[in-house]
Amino acid sequence: MANPNGIGAPVRRREDARFLTGRGTYTDDINRPGQTHAVFVRSPYAHARITGIDATEAMQAPGVVAVLTGADMETDKVGSLPCGWQIHSKDGSPMKEPPHFPIARDRARYVGDAVAVVIAETREQAKDAAELVMVNYEELPAAVTSLKALEGGAPLVHDDVGGNLCFDWHLGDAAAVDAAFSQAAHVAKIDLINQRLIPNAMEPRAALGEYDRATGEHTLTTTSQNPHVIRLLMGAFVLGIPEHKLRVVAPDVGGGFGSKIFHYGEEAVVTWAAKKIGRPVKWTAERSESFLTDAHGRDHVSHAELAMDRDGNFLALRVSTVANMGAYLSTFAPSIPTYLYATLLAGQYKTPAIYAEVKAVFTNTVPVDAYRGAGRPEACYLIERLVEVAAAETGIDKTELRRRNFVPASAMPYQTPVALQYDTGDFAKNLDIALPLVDYDGFAARKAESARRGKLRGIGFATYIEACGIAPSNVAGALGARAGLYESAEVRFHPTGSVTVFTGSHSHGQGHETTFAQLVSERFGVPIENVEIVHGDTSKIPFGMGTYGSRSLAVGGSAIVKAMDKVERKAKKIAAHMLEAAEADIEAKDGRFVVAGTDKALTIGDIALQAYVPHNFPLDELEPGLDEQAFYDPKNFTYPNGCHVCEVEIDPDTGVVQVVSFAAVDDFGRVINPLIVEGQVHGGLVQGIGQALYENCVYDEESGQLITGSYMDYCMPRADDVPSFTVRYHEDQPCTHNPLGVKGCGEAGTIGASAAVMNAVVHALSEYGVTHLDMPATPERVWQAIRRHTPAQAAE
Amino acid sequence: MYAFTYHRPKSVADAVSLLGQFEDPKLLGGGQTLLPTLKQRLARPSDLIDLGQIPELQGIREEAGGLTVGAFTRHAEVAHSDVVKRVIPALASLAEGIGDRQVRNMGTLGGSICNADPSADYPAAVVALKATVRTDRREIAGDDFFTGMFETALEPGEIVTAVHFQKPDKAAYAKFRNPASRYAIVGVFVAVFGSEVRVAVTGAGPSVFRADDMETALSQDFRADALNGASVSAAGLNADIHASADYRAHLVRVMARRAVEACG
Repeated sequence: MANPNGIGAPVRRREDARFLTGRGTYTDDINRPGQTHAVFVRSPYAHARITGIDATEAMQAPGVVAVLTGADMETDKVGSLPCGWQIHSKDGSPMKEPPHFPIARDRARYVGDAVAVVIAETREQAKDAAELVMVNYEELPAAVTSLKALEGGAPLVHDDVGGNLCFDWHLGDAAAVDAAFSQAAHVAKIDLINQRLIPNAMEPRAALGEYDRATGEHTLTTTSQNPHVIRLLMGAFVLGIPEHKLRVVAPDVGGGFGSKIFHYGEEAVVTWAAKKIGRPVKWTAERSESFLTDAHGRDHVSHAELAMDRDGNFLALRVSTVANMGAYLSTFAPSIPTYLYATLLAGQYKTPAIYAEVKAVFTNTVPVDAYRGAGRPEACYLIERLVEVAAAETGIDKTELRRRNFVPASAMPYQTPVALQYDTGDFAKNLDIALPLVDYDGFAARKAESARRGKLRGIGFATYIEACGIAPSNVAGALGARAGLYESAEVRFHPTGSVTVFTGSHSHGQGHETTFAQLVSERFGVPIENVEIVHGDTSKIPFGMGTYGSRSLAVGGSAIVKAMDKVERKAKKIAAHMLEAAEADIEAKDGRFVVAGTDKALTIGDIALQAYVPHNFPLDELEPGLDEQAFYDPKNFTYPNGCHVCEVEIDPDTGVVQVVSFAAVDDFGRVINPLIVEGQVHGGLVQGIGQALYENCVYDEESGQLITGSYMDYCMPRADDVPSFTVRYHEDQPCTHNPLGVKGCGEAGTIGASAAVMNAVVHALSEYGVTHLDMPATPERVWQAIRRHTPAQAAE
Repeated sequence: MYAFTYHRPKSVADAVSLLGQFEDPKLLGGGQTLLPTLKQRLARPSDLIDLGQIPELQGIREEAGGLTVGAFTRHAEVAHSDVVKRVIPALASLAEGIGDRQVRNMGTLGGSICNADPSADYPAAVVALKATVRTDRREIAGDDFFTGMFETALEPGEIVTAVHFQKPDKAAYAKFRNPASRYAIVGVFVAVFGSEVRVAVTGAGPSVFRADDMETALSQDFRADALNGASVSAAGLNADIHASADYRAHLVRVMARRAVEACG
């Protein structure tokens, strides 16, 4: 009988009851005796020299405990926030890595850069006093956009980084690409902007620092996707706290989308200040502070060219991208527009030669780092827009052009020209499932029906592949990662047969408490309610790398499997002893340990009890206990892939785009919980649609002020903006190199959706001769594009 | 939010009296603009006078063939009122399109028109429906009430008590909403009174205005196509990251057409 809570079962998320009834425990819900509140004084200028800070008046304000500045941190030898990935430029020189202090010392480099912190008895008192801190600024000209920052004579964000160029990197074989282009029958070209986005996790960032004078232990409770990474970076590089004296806890976390991977200055400030003042210090961002200070995403400007032969076979791809890093290097910023972007430029296609150049640029804006998809949506968007341009120009049907160039399933494993080796994938199958699902053949009739109602209609495709489960440590290390990228797990059976799993992964919306428990229930037949998943506390879990890059199940889940393997081996030993059989004769299945060929059997519950009550164990051969730990370092990335199809209707009178249907066909390998997978796809699609149609982070190009600093101007997608989604997946192509055969599903929706929507928008507008539109396709942009291409209307 | 003293008078007279007593008092309606402003520390009133417990400011009733709506009537009440739906359905429909559910459950008619946000919806109805704004001391014609961006004809210390809307023969409001804030980028209220047609435009300019050319065209021929020759100049219209002045000018005509079509 199939386990109703095992692998493949659509188990409802166990954590939801607590979240939906307001019983989650988030960082800001935690309060300590004697707790104080921190409020940051932030730069109102994008670029300014700090010539003096006078806190006299602020110190005298009611309730103020301390006002601390960058100078105080310097005195205490607080270090710079480290960058976790090093890129080398074409010429072999390392990237420019200017210091990034938790509180600016002599210069503020973006609007919102921390300049001082006020600590008071209450948050309101701290806010009142923060207004009394007199900072003398000497405003400097700002470099705001990446292209302008690269121009000669642009203001320098860091005096010692000439031309604001962090690195000038490349990947691929330029000579082979040049040779292929010289043979091309047709070259398709595109210039596009992948606009900057603000992550907007539901829970704003927060941090609570504590110091125990008796033990000398520091505790940081923080909104993090990876508490051990924060402990390592902050302890070793910023504050000089040995890891055995530093505990980092990430309790319930309300969404991250990448923005809570990074080590932020506020975390170091509250930890440092708690010891300094001898009391707990809490900081919680207000929403407007989140807009200003959470690491942003995307912000690429690219040119790309695709060479084809006369039959539309792709010969070579050439890409040039300028990536905005913001004012400082955030924790993983350099890896995003390089190894998580250019390596994906093969997409699903067997393009034999690819060359990509990426210039990373400092600007007077908040740092840019990973945001759901992180590099891969940028790659997918570029490739899939370019393929649609190629289809339009060659007259080859867009599905046929894709099919003609797919890496065939028979070619797997497939080595791309940009470093990755795809293990599995049947891209034609995804398309074969999608075409009847969306009734591709019926599009013309639907378009005619829309036209009768005065609407334009377009259909857009996006096929994507992503590299997830980041990654083998040895590969990542060779590419510049300064961290390992394994995952850890401990599976602890208790004497009465219930189980606690300690995982290095971190759940901040992904449903690990359900999915991971299903793995244990499946393996040992333990009722799911008897399995507890513990994560997020460095004092409880083994050293873990956390959750990002759709890695939790592929890497963290595999670590749990590896630990369960060890538990099973130990249980077999105990069973052999108890049943007086040879260990080799014990067979384990669904939590029963049977002597092969007999009816002698024990349950895992019997064995767990014996493990902790070892009255007659042969102690020289068999240890008590049933508690095993494992670290899993994958052999390769995993490669989720799929085909997304979007249909839009456009009102030509107003330019309003409506997504009328969206179908996603995905290959996530084996699916553990289809309900959670579908939820992840839905959320991802909405975020991708958000980028395509609504979201846009706008800084004033001169002053560097954030114009879209609230929801009044930054448009998040809402439920009534999206259609009911059609979601399908197949499990025919399991990952070949992890024990579960899983690939990951967290980012896929976001990666495919933006390109599918924009391809549909441009297709709808193609009757006006529009060949490209940058995101977001706002009503005015669409209306202007129509007007530009309609002489009669332009004259009005 | 800075500290302030909170008052909750039980009558308009008490509220007026309180207004005169303090250095920098502010009236609190539904708080949909004022409270976010306070939270962001962009205003620092000495006293907040909450109008929410004054019976005289509440309620919707038929009067002289039209509708009188108390200043403290929330948008949701107008949207769901059977009386409003029967007498001036376009007004109910306008209220139903303001902001989102949370805003509609808190925001009030009086708060909206006194704040005179250029993107608010109600000003279009006040002007198009030949409304009269009643205060604690006088009546102000709707046409005279809005004097500029966030500016009204109210005198210091004057409190709006109700708005009387005239019943049109037919009317409709068409709104092009800002996708982020859901305020009006352009909202056009068209109302027909006998041979008179009123076209009031909100969102497009610094303050609500009447589109004279459109009114003339429609009073001669009340069909959407009659607007083909009429237009609104982009000069002086609002421009921001969501919509240029040109686009707003274009949208005024599109929304006017839709409002006329919706009038049936």
